[in-house]
Amino acid sequence: MALISSVSIWMIPLIIGIVLLYGTWKRVPTYETFVDGGKEGFQMAVSIIPYLVGMLVSIGVFRASGAMDALIDLIKPFLSAVGIPAEIIPQALIRPLSGNGALGMMTDLFKTKGPDSYIGRLASTLQGATDTTLYIVTVYFGAIGIRKIGDSLKVGFLADFVGIIGAIVVVKLVFG
Amino acid sequence: MINYIWVGMFVIGLVYAAFTGNMEAVNKAIFQYAEEGVTLCLGLIFVLVFWLGIMKIAEVAGLLNKLAGLFKPILKKLFPEVPEDHPAMGYILSNTVANFFGLGNAATPMGIKAMEQLKKLNHDRPEASRSMITLLALNTSSLTLIPTTVIAIRMQYGSENPTEIVGTTLLATTITTIAAVLIDRFFYYRRKRKAAKK
Repeated sequence: MALISSVSIWMIPLIIGIVLLYGTWKRVPTYETFVDGGKEGFQMAVSIIPYLVGMLVSIGVFRASGAMDALIDLIKPFLSAVGIPAEIIPQALIRPLSGNGALGMMTDLFKTKGPDSYIGRLASTLQGATDTTLYIVTVYFGAIGIRKIGDSLKVGFLADFVGIIGAIVVVKLVFG
Repeated sequence: MINYIWVGMFVIGLVYAAFTGNMEAVNKAIFQYAEEGVTLCLGLIFVLVFWLGIMKIAEVAGLLNKLAGLFKPILKKLFPEVPEDHPAMGYILSNTVANFFGLGNAATPMGIKAMEQLKKLNHDRPEASRSMITLLALNTSSLTLIPTTVIAIRMQYGSENPTEIVGTTLLATTITTIAAVLIDRFFYYRRKRKAAKK
């Protein structure tokens, strides 16, 4: 498990080092290229503002009303029997349906429990473990005009389910 | 679907608050969370600017294409119906590599281009082919090396070690991807058996 921790620490500096050296070797105008790419990053960050504001307010109302806690209390006995923390369920349920919704749920957990708490780490891992199946099916098949989607949604949602279980088990083993 | 969930959380919250007398807290939450959304995105700018800048260098230097070569033998096995030198294979490779480096915005156009080519391979029929479902499965399980946005948000909330979840995410996403490939194969063979019976 120490290996996974060191992978986490070394990965990003290593990638940056390799990219910069390789770019220089291939005579890429590194700095100018960096600036070009950075502009895209800026636009990306700004363009998600409306999505996140919309989602966070909806989640905020749901939580502040007490409805979310009521839901969590309702399912807690069943889930704690199998060792799943109930707090993660709202995020897990929304993850395959809306990426920004899940991002909002994760943020809400950071806010209430802290990013370094067990739940915070689980929420972080869960966010990256799977992607938004519904969005991908809609966008990809919508763009090319596929009407009969066959087993697509079944495959996607089943994989999401395995991913959620996988994230819970991995986080328990590494940080538990 | 997402519209119903979004409105649903609002309506259930408002009705629940009306009965439990939490309306004041709800009022506060509306403006507090809205502000939080904006602050959060502004706080993401530095990471996204930096990471996409570095990744642009990798792209221009041809590093991403080189890595695509590493993925090729595996992807050839996953897409047996796609000829090796068909343009679909090129787009599938770019899509996979972009996903791997957390470049979601670059991955989506590549994925759509790949789908267009796969549709041509399927004689332009308006139904999902085997290869399309496999590509979809790969995308929904999203093998990601660096979860950039998650790390940035962890920083925003004062994490002691924002990148400590890179390892667990990589492990979890690998499990999901393997599962997605196996599930995809299972459904493919099931379809084939059904067709054989008819």
